[in-house]
Amino acid sequence: MTKRFLLYIILTAGALMFLYPFVWMLGASLKPEIEIAGFTPFSSHLTLDSYRFVIRKIPIFRGFANSLFVSILVTASVIIFSSMVGYALARLHFRGRELVFNLALATMMIPGQLTVIPLYTMMVRFGWIDSYLALIVPAMTSSYAILIFRQFLLSIPQSLIEAARLDGCSDWGILFRIIYPLSKPAIMTVAILSFMGVWNEVLWPLMVIRNPDLMTMPLMVTLFTVGGQAEAQLGVQLAAAVMLALPVIIAYVLFQRYLIQSIASSGIKA
Amino acid sequence: MDRSHATDRVGYVMVLPYLLHLAIFLGYPLAFAFILIFHRWNIYTPMKFVGLGNLKLLFTDPLIWRAFFNTLYFLLIHIPLQLAIALGLAQLLNQKIRGRTFFRASYFMPVVVSGVVVTILWQQLYASETGLFNVLLQRVGLPGIPWLTDYRYAMPAIAIMATWKNVGLYVVLFLVGLQAIPSDLYEAAELDGASAWQKFLRITVPMLNPTIMLVLVLSTIGGFSLFIEPYVMTGGGPASSTLSGILYLYKQAFFFNKMGYAATIGFFWAIIIFTVVILQRRFVETEAV
Repeated sequence: MTKRFLLYIILTAGALMFLYPFVWMLGASLKPEIEIAGFTPFSSHLTLDSYRFVIRKIPIFRGFANSLFVSILVTASVIIFSSMVGYALARLHFRGRELVFNLALATMMIPGQLTVIPLYTMMVRFGWIDSYLALIVPAMTSSYAILIFRQFLLSIPQSLIEAARLDGCSDWGILFRIIYPLSKPAIMTVAILSFMGVWNEVLWPLMVIRNPDLMTMPLMVTLFTVGGQAEAQLGVQLAAAVMLALPVIIAYVLFQRYLIQSIASSGIKA
Repeated sequence: MDRSHATDRVGYVMVLPYLLHLAIFLGYPLAFAFILIFHRWNIYTPMKFVGLGNLKLLFTDPLIWRAFFNTLYFLLIHIPLQLAIALGLAQLLNQKIRGRTFFRASYFMPVVVSGVVVTILWQQLYASETGLFNVLLQRVGLPGIPWLTDYRYAMPAIAIMATWKNVGLYVVLFLVGLQAIPSDLYEAAELDGASAWQKFLRITVPMLNPTIMLVLVLSTIGGFSLFIEPYVMTGGGPASSTLSGILYLYKQAFFFNKMGYAATIGFFWAIIIFTVVILQRRFVETEAV
């Protein structure tokens, strides 16, 4: 009995260790600057001053909209193009199919560090610096997503596809009208990984975007903290961090199970 | 019947956009990387061929080796900490307990939150006068630690933060691994009178070998990809003690406009990561046989 009690104590202490800093961050962002050093998140003088300061200094809502716009476009594109390739690899027969499959496997192993500088110089040559194009277009397909779709589509019964063909359905019709509704788990996984990946990316936006109106939210908050605009005020930096964290935390609370599953599965296969 | 042997032309149409995209945004930069390595280029004026100049520079540049050893130092602290905490929490969670979903979800929370948020938050926790850690230390009568301003503590501080951010993912991976271990192994060991510690060392650890390997590889890749943490927290300092390879690459490219040298650093870093991945594949394949 005491052993069980001890177990719960340790598990709860663990949970506190991971959750409390977030609670403290929220609390500190609502305190006046002089009270931030305190250990508790509470204050008798709750104030939104830090948030007002952030909103006055940087177009953070614009940053949120930019992030949303870029992440949604990339995610939609990755789902459409990758499911097409996944379907072709799993369900169609054509010369070179194995080659494409192996290409997808091989390209996953190429570390991004190798191509990031040449890709940047390419964006300069295309005139895509300070354009949404640089954030969206290079990320529009994903070899990893292709492998997820291929794997999933191999498990769909062939009889279903044959029946649709007999009804005169084209392969496009089969993919988008019959396979899609059956592939929700695969689509969900690809959507979560792709969306989170783009949403949290900082290095690439930092390289290709300098115009504040086009910045994604994490880039804007990073430069706000590093660049001195926050005027070394702790509460203000924390308020910006809270605004950046909030959409993700809300999504996490709602879709916690799917998020953990998708991210863990990407770890297992990587 | 015969259909399965005929060629589905539509297949070519379906893979074409991917292949085009791959050729332009991966194939071309990949080829261009190998040209850049042999040139000096500031983007604005024409490229200048320098032969092996960039590679020579790489091997004699003290800062890139500084970044390399900084990364090793980071991994030396990060990996054991990560393995111990993740394995410990996963073991505790792998029992019949109430609220398992809640515990798992709370450990996983920092994994989904942006690295920028975590870095800004921990920068405050590490602050020398007002930070939570030093306030706690002083409360129990210990002197505060200059976490981010002393070259001896800055990298360990980043390693601890990175552990906090990532460990939830590894708890989940270890849980998956633990649940795959057949329970009759433990039952047989119990009949033979094995202690809990013996069971852990002789059954759990060997059976989790592939997962442990995976955690090692993912953490190593993470270590060599470190960028936003030193960029926000320390700018690579104090005294270059937190300079990471990617931060150095970024500085060479964007502060000094040295595209050729930056590409060479990227090449060097990519080789290291590639080697780690290949070693892991080898290991897992021989394991499976």
